[in-house]
Amino acid sequence: MADAMYGSEPEGSARRDEVCVVAIAEAFRGDGEILCNPIGTVPIIAGRLARATFEPTMVMTDAVAVLAANPLAVGDHAAERLVEAWMPYRDVFDVVWSGRRHIVMSASQIDSYGNQNIAAIGDWRQPKAQLLGLRGAPGNLVNHVTTYWVPNHSTRSFVPEVDVVSGPGYDRVASLSTSVRGNHEVRRVVSNLAVMDFETPSEGGQPRRMRLRSVHPGVTVDEVLEATGFDLEVPDEVIESRLPSHQELRLIREVLDPNGYRRAEFRG
Amino acid sequence: MNTTYAASALLASEGRPDKRMTEDEVVARLADGMTIGIGGWGSRRKPMSLVRAIARSELRDLTIVCYGGPEVGILSALGKLRRAVYGFVSLDSIPLEPHFRKARQQGMIDVVELDEGAFYLGLLAAAHRVPFYPTRAGLGSDMLLMNPDLETVTSPYPDVDGLHEELVAIPAFRLDASLVHMNRADAAGNGQFLGPDLYFDDLFAKAASTTYMSCERVVPTGELLAEGSFHTLKIPRLFVDGVVEAPRGAHFTECPPDYGRDEAFQRAYAATANDAEAWNAFVDQWLEAPSHEEYLNRLDAESGFGRG
Repeated sequence: MADAMYGSEPEGSARRDEVCVVAIAEAFRGDGEILCNPIGTVPIIAGRLARATFEPTMVMTDAVAVLAANPLAVGDHAAERLVEAWMPYRDVFDVVWSGRRHIVMSASQIDSYGNQNIAAIGDWRQPKAQLLGLRGAPGNLVNHVTTYWVPNHSTRSFVPEVDVVSGPGYDRVASLSTSVRGNHEVRRVVSNLAVMDFETPSEGGQPRRMRLRSVHPGVTVDEVLEATGFDLEVPDEVIESRLPSHQELRLIREVLDPNGYRRAEFRG
Repeated sequence: MNTTYAASALLASEGRPDKRMTEDEVVARLADGMTIGIGGWGSRRKPMSLVRAIARSELRDLTIVCYGGPEVGILSALGKLRRAVYGFVSLDSIPLEPHFRKARQQGMIDVVELDEGAFYLGLLAAAHRVPFYPTRAGLGSDMLLMNPDLETVTSPYPDVDGLHEELVAIPAFRLDASLVHMNRADAAGNGQFLGPDLYFDDLFAKAASTTYMSCERVVPTGELLAEGSFHTLKIPRLFVDGVVEAPRGAHFTECPPDYGRDEAFQRAYAATANDAEAWNAFVDQWLEAPSHEEYLNRLDAESGFGRG
């Protein structure tokens, strides 16, 4: 419908940042009427794209204190909001604990079981580098679905063992209660090179491990493996991450991020 | 509707307490070693005139409990803190508080770092005078390793599988005092927020033995409904012991709708974390201003600062 509305073909083909936006948006497919809560520029554009296309029933915050029903351009603090509900921070925690939320967080480090570190590099008692801290990660992971966005895929970010576990992975929750295991899901890990998931067999008591799901167009499987500091599960056939549709490109470029803020998240 | 409420308030105004005081009078009621809750969130609606009054006082060995912003960085850089208990420490537009980063990397303060939601439960438990509230937040992560004093508790009730679930027991925060900043208040201590989010300021007030509330403007009780509905009157006077009128009292943090964050000032503050000379100058000019009034005079004399 939007294609018909916009008419002509979009200018130029999809860039890597737009492939990443669509890859994160895909993580929300099938979520239905939950709080889609992406953190960071690229994830916010992705969440808004998913809602504007294939997941129209999701609710989203305006990044301040309300749920806004209309598609907002990222970084446009003055944009008019179609307010659906008041959502101050306290109520966000109630949503976290209700389980009706899918968050996208960053990961400074992530390991093969999906353990995430955004807290500190080195010994947490006196860190070599203090990072953001645990933030809401411990609660998020044991309550609802999580996806990670790592814009700098390298052996420094995809590591054998994280220095601090902010968000617990599959090995950490394996020994926890039925409810925690039922709530816990690391849906996807999207990087600047590829899309990973944890859809490995979990029989025999082996915790799920990170698996290569698709490589972005122009990236080889070997490049991903070289940039990963642990043994990534690789299926027999690796597909390419899908390209944005014309409608999606229009929405990204003209509605959700007309100023191109998404490109600032890609370093080097 | 507003007129009706205002009229009844006028009738009831006699005999109610007048709790107005100055920042320095608040600080005189605090003591070394106290545990102090600080309202607001990150670099948003922080009681900065009260934080600066602590900064220029002799108080030391403090524990502060907060969704942290510049108060953590300032008080740790001045050596006032023994410990910080927090859900995070951020300046929002600058994701990690730079003085806090430095204090952590140099091992200058003890910390109790909690999941953001778990922190809320510590406040709630204190407000409700129960020893703890249970949560799943922390299970599986390093939160328990980082906080060896945190205990778990086994549910007395069986779950759907007949098993008794283990949960983290977030202990009640024992707060000797809380400091919060409101948009408006009356002299008796009824507080009003006019911005988009109260954050947890009402719980800070209820969790503490004593609460001191600064505000942009003290108004007669009968005028509290002039700028917002009664839904904005979330902190009743029975939880408030002192009221400080401090226009621009949250500066440089934001205090909507009265003013936004002073980003230029915040950037200048942040830049002092790795520059001892700049930090000393910042302390002299801003933190050691002898009163909030003098701070505002200095702010008005500086071009570019204080205009939100």
